[in-house]
Amino acid sequence: TSNMKLILIFSALFGATLCLETFVGHQVLRIKTRNEEEVKQLQLLESLEHLELDFWINPSTSALPVDVRIPANNVQAVKAFLESQGIEYSILIEDLQVVLDKEKQDMVYSQQKERSSSSFNYGTYHSLDDIYAELDHLASEYSNIVSKFQIGESYEKRPLYVLKFSTGGSNRPAIWLDAGIHSREWVTQASAIWIAKKIASDYGKEPSITSLLNKMDIFLLTVTNPDGYVFTHTTNRMWRKTRSKIPGSLCVGVDPNRNWDAGFGGPGASSNPCSDSYRGPRANSEVEVQAVVNFIKNHGNIRAFLTLHSYSQLLMYPYGYKCTEPADYAELDALGRAAASSIRSLYGTTFTVGSICTTIYQASGGSIDWSYDYGIKYSFAFELRDTGRYGFLLPTSQIIPTAEETWLGLKKIMEHVRDNTY
Amino acid sequence: AAAMELPPSHGVANRAAALATGYLCYRRGSPGRGLALRCLRRARRQDIDDVGHKYYLELVLEDVLDKDSTVNCTAEVLYHLGNKNIAPDVQFTLEGELKNTEEADNIFYSRIKSLEKELVAENIPDSHGNVPPEMEPVRLLAWVASGYLIWQNSTENTKFQLAQIKRVKQVKRSDEYLEFDYTILLHEMVSQEIIPWQMTVLWHPQHGVQVTQDSRQPKHASQ
Repeated sequence: TSNMKLILIFSALFGATLCLETFVGHQVLRIKTRNEEEVKQLQLLESLEHLELDFWINPSTSALPVDVRIPANNVQAVKAFLESQGIEYSILIEDLQVVLDKEKQDMVYSQQKERSSSSFNYGTYHSLDDIYAELDHLASEYSNIVSKFQIGESYEKRPLYVLKFSTGGSNRPAIWLDAGIHSREWVTQASAIWIAKKIASDYGKEPSITSLLNKMDIFLLTVTNPDGYVFTHTTNRMWRKTRSKIPGSLCVGVDPNRNWDAGFGGPGASSNPCSDSYRGPRANSEVEVQAVVNFIKNHGNIRAFLTLHSYSQLLMYPYGYKCTEPADYAELDALGRAAASSIRSLYGTTFTVGSICTTIYQASGGSIDWSYDYGIKYSFAFELRDTGRYGFLLPTSQIIPTAEETWLGLKKIMEHVRDNTY
Repeated sequence: AAAMELPPSHGVANRAAALATGYLCYRRGSPGRGLALRCLRRARRQDIDDVGHKYYLELVLEDVLDKDSTVNCTAEVLYHLGNKNIAPDVQFTLEGELKNTEEADNIFYSRIKSLEKELVAENIPDSHGNVPPEMEPVRLLAWVASGYLIWQNSTENTKFQLAQIKRVKQVKRSDEYLEFDYTILLHEMVSQEIIPWQMTVLWHPQHGVQVTQDSRQPKHASQ
């Protein structure tokens, strides 16, 4: 259109006054020479300065192609010359300015993306919406290894989003990690999103996570109980359970970590709907729990089940519903101790290691008991900082240190799983 | 029966240690000094026929305001059999000196005494764990006083922790004591319940902390 031409002319003039070169209509040709004779011809062309040819690959030997940028007004003349000499060429770039404009656009876009994703402050507590937005940012910023998908919905119909970290393959052996099953344990959701960023940005740079992801996938559920999490923001900071209505009771919610099908109904869980450790009307009655169970079963190749809680600084393995040792006690205990050592190495934070039953109390219907009895040997539950000084109300200044040290412990376990998975 | 060694990592030993710490903190604490359990070094348990269960503990305590300041302690906790209305017996011996907090205590005392309007505050810490610096002594006072509630209400199967101050209101007195009416949330870690509790706390720099009245509050539907 004539408007376009005017724009081009003016921008060319404008560019000239600002000493900005423009490459409108410039073409880049790739010339394939068949012999030394043809190379000499091109070297002759090179010497014609008035053509203002810009050789990206200079003519030197017939073994290599010659790439040359030609200013718009000389394109036809050069092509005519080549054709008359029978020298083969192809058009690498039709209009260089178009390519440059797109490149600039891409740069601006990724700068914007960087700015808006680096505006997520990992060192503070966030609303559910902000966490969910950051999941999207991570999935797009690291789209080569991170994808987001939904495993189900909460009772109040909020999506349950899982991040998948994968470098390909088909149904690779995988590690499951979840946080925030108890909504008041805010440092767990906060740590999980930090860990997501850590995994994504470390791939390709940090040898351990790189080799792990080259063999295995990681599935991360950052907010297992979104209804409860929203409730802790809007109404009651100390809310723990889901928000499901219980038939026949005025009280709301089930303790999602007493609701798994592992010793369900046994000691260490309440049958009173008003209790904070109410087990629920039956195992897997909570849709949040059922969604995870379904995912794990359908995947079929989960090798580790790791879950984050707070507080108490504990690293525990099964069992909770009974006080007998699991068959893999020796290996799990040793691995737990190694992980606790890793955690301590960073800031001196001490974690106590042991089975749920001996370390805290007998508690039935817990997630790692279910996963272990299901066949996932490496089942661990973490209780993060602190030991009670702030408890659930952990100051924001401790979020990143907590996430950092926890990550070291998780990595230790994941590395062991990687090295023992066939 | 003889005393049995317990692994310090075991929950039952830690519950006894938490109780001992709460009691000790109540006896020795002030708005300038709160004590917390750093770690349990050693625990033994003895079953005494017709009496109850006795725990022998070796603890390391830390100053809540200065983590590097620690003190070793031995304690004995006796949980009485049967009658759950009797608080456990606790005895302790501190090995070493606690930091002198006279100056900080006196500053806080003068500050509150000279307030024109009674002090009122809510949600300490807030949802993000923030405690305004000027509220730290008020918070510590609750921490110390909650030690009394922990002592009075603990059994072998409970572990209480102060979770939050929901509300605190100063009550002006004509005598030399400071009085605060607290509504706190106690976190009971075995049942995982959050229990609102009201307590009246008296304090004077020379006379220590006293809980003169307390009552467990009913849970609301949204709690």
